[in-house]
Amino acid sequence: MAITAFGLVYLSSLFAVAMLSGIFSLSAASLYLVMDAVDVAFTEAAVGAGISTVLMLGTLALTTRREKTSKDNKALPLVIVSATGALLIYATLDMPPYGDPAAPINHHVAVRYIEKSGIEVGPPNIVTSVLASYRGYDTLGEVTVIFTAAIGVMALMGRSRKPRRKQKKDRA
Amino acid sequence: MQYIHDHFNYWIVIVLMMTGFYMVIAHKNMIKKIVGLNIFQVSVFVFYISMGKIEGGTAPILADGIDVYSNPLPHVLILTAIVVGVATTALGLALTVRINDSFGSIEEDVIEAAENAEDDKTSALRAGNRK
Repeated sequence: MAITAFGLVYLSSLFAVAMLSGIFSLSAASLYLVMDAVDVAFTEAAVGAGISTVLMLGTLALTTRREKTSKDNKALPLVIVSATGALLIYATLDMPPYGDPAAPINHHVAVRYIEKSGIEVGPPNIVTSVLASYRGYDTLGEVTVIFTAAIGVMALMGRSRKPRRKQKKDRA
Repeated sequence: MQYIHDHFNYWIVIVLMMTGFYMVIAHKNMIKKIVGLNIFQVSVFVFYISMGKIEGGTAPILADGIDVYSNPLPHVLILTAIVVGVATTALGLALTVRINDSFGSIEEDVIEAAENAEDDKTSALRAGNRK
């Protein structure tokens, strides 16, 4: 997966970048599957590998297929990135180990969700119970965000087409 | 050795995150910037999911005879985040298309040059009007 990501940095053909980002999403989905997050894997495979790739191809069709190779100095970004990465790795040194049941994340409400959601909400899938019931407002907020984004996309794309039509009419 | 195994997931996340970060700041092409943002996002998702994993646990779907489940809470949060991420990607790509319509390019330096030229032109015009 990291190799795919590095490939994304170096490719300048944007078509290949779109395809490779689809592969990247798919490998991310299988990684989620390994880590027991089946619902997340479904969503990532459908939305990340599917819809994102289609959107990206659509954009490529409307814009351009090649990235202009610039001869700018890449040293400064590389230094910034390495420094940030080193700091973050330093920060992980005292994180709880992978798969540790005693880690703080596994203690607050999660235990209650696992024990009670079958009785309180019903569906055997705990993720569904939490999404629709315990964190219902969160999901409502998510829908609001998607709605806003959809309005934004429609406003941007709708307006970009109209002036062209007008020009054509003017010429005629 | 055990220590490396325990923390390897965090390091992969950081490598991915920094790759995305590098793509955002080093590339001038807008589509590549958006792809970089996506990689950054996915790294955060992997971070959350890997924290929720419990050794010996299964997927959080209730079934008889299973006692250990992985933590469902990060799964829910990331489910929301993936969908929101796609919404923002769509918005970013729409903006890219719009910019391409106005400037004829999706390279940041070309757009900046075009914008500066336009500014110079308008200020020259204004100066001419004052005279």
